[in-house]
Amino acid sequence: MTETATARPVPELTSGWRLAVRSFAQNRLAVLGVGIIVALVLFCFAGPHLYVTEQITVDPVSSLLPPDAAHPLGTDAQGFDVLGRIMRGGQASLQIGLFAALIATAIGTLYGTVAGLAGGVVDGVMMRVVDTLLSIPFLFIVLIAATRFSSTVLSLSLILGAFSWLAPARLVRAEVLSLRSRGFVAAATVMGATKLRIITRHLIPNALGVVIVNITFQVADAIIAVSLLGFLGFGLNYPDVEWGTQLSEGVSYLFEGAWWLIYPVGGCLVLVVMAFNFVGDALRDSIDVRLRRR
Amino acid sequence: MTRYVLRRLATSAVVVLGVSLITFMMLHGLSGSPGRAILGVEASAEAVAAFDREHGYDRSLVVQYVMYLGDLLQGDLGYSYRLNQSVNDLLAENAGRTAMLAGAALVLAIGIAVPLGVFQAVKRNSVGDNLLTALTFVAYSMPVFLLAMLLIQVFALGLGILPAQASQSSSNFVIFTEPRAMLLPVLTLTGVTVAMYSRYQRSAALDQLAQDYIRVARAKGLSTRMVLTRHLLRNACLPLVTLIGMSIPLLLAGNLVVESVFNYPGLGLLFFNSLNNQDYPVLLGYTLVASIMTVLGNLLADLVVAVSDPRTQNA
Repeated sequence: MTETATARPVPELTSGWRLAVRSFAQNRLAVLGVGIIVALVLFCFAGPHLYVTEQITVDPVSSLLPPDAAHPLGTDAQGFDVLGRIMRGGQASLQIGLFAALIATAIGTLYGTVAGLAGGVVDGVMMRVVDTLLSIPFLFIVLIAATRFSSTVLSLSLILGAFSWLAPARLVRAEVLSLRSRGFVAAATVMGATKLRIITRHLIPNALGVVIVNITFQVADAIIAVSLLGFLGFGLNYPDVEWGTQLSEGVSYLFEGAWWLIYPVGGCLVLVVMAFNFVGDALRDSIDVRLRRR
Repeated sequence: MTRYVLRRLATSAVVVLGVSLITFMMLHGLSGSPGRAILGVEASAEAVAAFDREHGYDRSLVVQYVMYLGDLLQGDLGYSYRLNQSVNDLLAENAGRTAMLAGAALVLAIGIAVPLGVFQAVKRNSVGDNLLTALTFVAYSMPVFLLAMLLIQVFALGLGILPAQASQSSSNFVIFTEPRAMLLPVLTLTGVTVAMYSRYQRSAALDQLAQDYIRVARAKGLSTRMVLTRHLLRNACLPLVTLIGMSIPLLLAGNLVVESVFNYPGLGLLFFNSLNNQDYPVLLGYTLVASIMTVLGNLLADLVVAVSDPRTQNA
């Protein structure tokens, strides 16, 4: 390890983060993933301003129309334009995915840092709590919790976030444990840095890579999870909608051949989850590279 | 080895105890008092209070938890006031059918994912590997119900060769008596499980391929087939053992969705119906059983790995 370090020529003065960004940009799937995410976010949030549709008042006369010039993706059972409905549903699905991921990551990072720094009995107890919660099937406990709340973007994000911080907590704890014993932390301690300074200036910035990678996967998982909740009947209530609820409404008309209620929205769902997984994989690879080159 | 087993047993027991505390708190926090549930909405507040006092439901939470724990240790998971049946009976009635569905899917998934992963590792970066990676990636990014709907669309509505609903028979062995009516549910659950396993199996096989013992086996002049089946496969399966243990919650979650979509009368459908009835004793009873199965699955997987790979015991 030290031999290679001394034998290596003086490295160019590029920051680790810049190297990470460069290797990320060279990954074609990652760029594709970012492209898909940007496109879908624009589609869902800017789309309704360009493509204005009625999404509040039902229109029974024009229900279940197949795609035509007026409705490029047809209409659903309430007579809502499906293209506009996908945009509206996508807003909620993306928001919940992001909020839930941020909540989970915030709790997990804090919890993992405390456990990793505390060590000993406190760490042991805190990690057994994580083990316990991890052995309860996630979907079960989330569904049970959902029976008690009226579904809103906020409540669904909170429920999902409240039960998905366990993986990031484990990751961050492992990272803190390994960082804690590194030379630069000892050096900072010797120089008289306070605990708070070590946490904020040394541990958190260095654990950030793991956290960022995890957020991406969390978003993907949360979008799938909220679609499951919606599909099983615990999604947003009319006139709000997210993709899972939209799909469960479409299922009833699958047997009547109303394919336009299923495949466009299903495609968007798979596409956005895949995109976040692509980005997560690529981020993990590029941050690994960053660690290796250091 | 004995020390390792004892330590794993002890942590598993602590985790199960922790789970029981959580299910107790949720049962207590989510559902109203048992007195109200049994006597109905028309009963007077005094009658409810009297019932709760008589059965100890007015005592401190600690005492009630000890009572709950005592019941659990005697194998009593509680009582569903909605269905007027004990949770034990309800779970026992449906467990066989779910075990058949989930078991068939698990066996099929392992049978497909292991050779698939080894094939992909050996032929890495070939067209076939890339195609399979893309396919599993799509399946991995797809909610279970969407895969179910696609299969229904193709096989039930498009080709019309398979029924869109699972068998409604109450027999436990419906997979054998009516295999056609069970094909789509089993395939759906298998599909999502394969997507989960084969990615790991591919990377596990890749790790093993780079090991020295593979080179030695080749240098001894063994045929590729022998190297793959006698040497690689055994070692590449160990990570999968751990993964199977860890994937029990996901398998049960998938089973829940599949049973709801195909209307297959098992534990998943019971859970789904109980959600709509807010029947918390059933919901939390099944959750507790599922959690214990998860803990046991992990324990078993760790023990199998420890027996097969003595290096892990020191970890």
